[in-house]
Amino acid sequence: MTHWITVACFAALLISGAEIVISHPRFYLGEVGNVNTKPLFAIPIPSSRDTVPTGYSYVMPDQNGWSRALHFQSAWLLVLAGLVYGIVGLWTGHFRRNLVPERGERNWRAHWERAAKYLRRAPPDASEARRYNVLQRTTYLVVIFVLFPLMIWTGLAMSPAFTATVPESVILLGGRQTARTLHFFLSWALLLFVLVHFTMVAISGFRSRMRAMITGRLGTGEER
Amino acid sequence: MKSITRRKLITTGLAATAGISALAVADKLASRFGLIPPDHGGLYGPGETLTYAAQRMLTTHAPAREFPRSMISKAPFANEVAPPSEEFKRYQANGFRDWRLVVDGMVEHPLSLSLADLRSLAVRNQITEVACEEGWSYVAEWIGTPLHEVLKEAGPLPQVRYIAYFSIDRNWWDSIDMADALHPQTFLTWGMNDGDLPVGFGGPLRMRVPRQLGYKSVKFITRITATDSMKHFGKGLGSPEPEFGYAWYAGI
Repeated sequence: MTHWITVACFAALLISGAEIVISHPRFYLGEVGNVNTKPLFAIPIPSSRDTVPTGYSYVMPDQNGWSRALHFQSAWLLVLAGLVYGIVGLWTGHFRRNLVPERGERNWRAHWERAAKYLRRAPPDASEARRYNVLQRTTYLVVIFVLFPLMIWTGLAMSPAFTATVPESVILLGGRQTARTLHFFLSWALLLFVLVHFTMVAISGFRSRMRAMITGRLGTGEER
Repeated sequence: MKSITRRKLITTGLAATAGISALAVADKLASRFGLIPPDHGGLYGPGETLTYAAQRMLTTHAPAREFPRSMISKAPFANEVAPPSEEFKRYQANGFRDWRLVVDGMVEHPLSLSLADLRSLAVRNQITEVACEEGWSYVAEWIGTPLHEVLKEAGPLPQVRYIAYFSIDRNWWDSIDMADALHPQTFLTWGMNDGDLPVGFGGPLRMRVPRQLGYKSVKFITRITATDSMKHFGKGLGSPEPEFGYAWYAGI
């Protein structure tokens, strides 16, 4: 349930976020940055504002209005779904049992070995049909407890009212523009996760279906 | 597997019920304590309302961050609007000596103030950041008369909940709630970085609301109105921005 809310919200946040970036496709470090200051980097696309020097004569249509509204509403929904997921996950021991790497595997070697196995394109162990392997566990933990919280933090650090109440939220990051740049890179990290995740599901779904066809049994793998 | 599914189902059901009843209670409390923004309707109303309510509970008195003088931007970006009207140019030709700020609506003493009147009322300065919704920002020193000093002169009636403010361009106006209107950093700004406020930056008189995004800091202010409801201003959404999807409350 929370997974599919997350899917919808992430898609909405990604699209609306991209639209917002188009209105100023330049990124800076520190507190301030605008068209009169040197950017850290600029994305070579036309902008939806004629005040931004992009090198293109073309100005894209302004989509910021609905994009911003959708961005914040999806963020709220995602945070609420995340809270439910977090509480249920702690309550049922889902994190402890299924996501924290098992005792013998809390080291780099176990991760490296599993990664090497992926690279060799070796088929997964039988045990992995019902449980996440160490690489999956660590990745999920990083996404849930590092990337998403950082995304929320860097987002809030761009809010003039929130930073009035909690100035440390932006000072610790090194300034408003740094927060914006980090928010941008974190969204890429999350997108990368989603792409790999999606590819893995596509591959394993294909395999489990093959297995089901050969053994004549249905519904072995695929836990949620 | 089954027992976990059932437990999950029960937990989810309980959470959903709790969530819905909490929402109903929250809605009652929110309207009681003025946590519902004028643009609470429509597809994105829930998001705007959550943001406004959450931030109002957190931020009522907090001051916007101020910066050391060394951080004032050398080349701030004016983001100039369309060329000024003929009417504006006439004021400009006269050094804005005839510029008036009208204070009306639900006040005991309606006022009409010149820029000199404003200066004699109170002079304050702040070094704060302008952050545009597009993503860019700059830091400048702003010199002006706090809005609350002007309101004190006018004497707003107890039922006043919003202060609406209007640019010389009649289609450009906005409004803020009393938490921001009475906030010590909300200025009627007439100076910038030790000089007069340049026309590009909204001179001769600009509203500065440093706890909200740049678009709330309307330029060329000629009138402020105290009111208990935004229903009869424009389309009743608090400002023209929500018509284009932009939030009325831009503390974000």
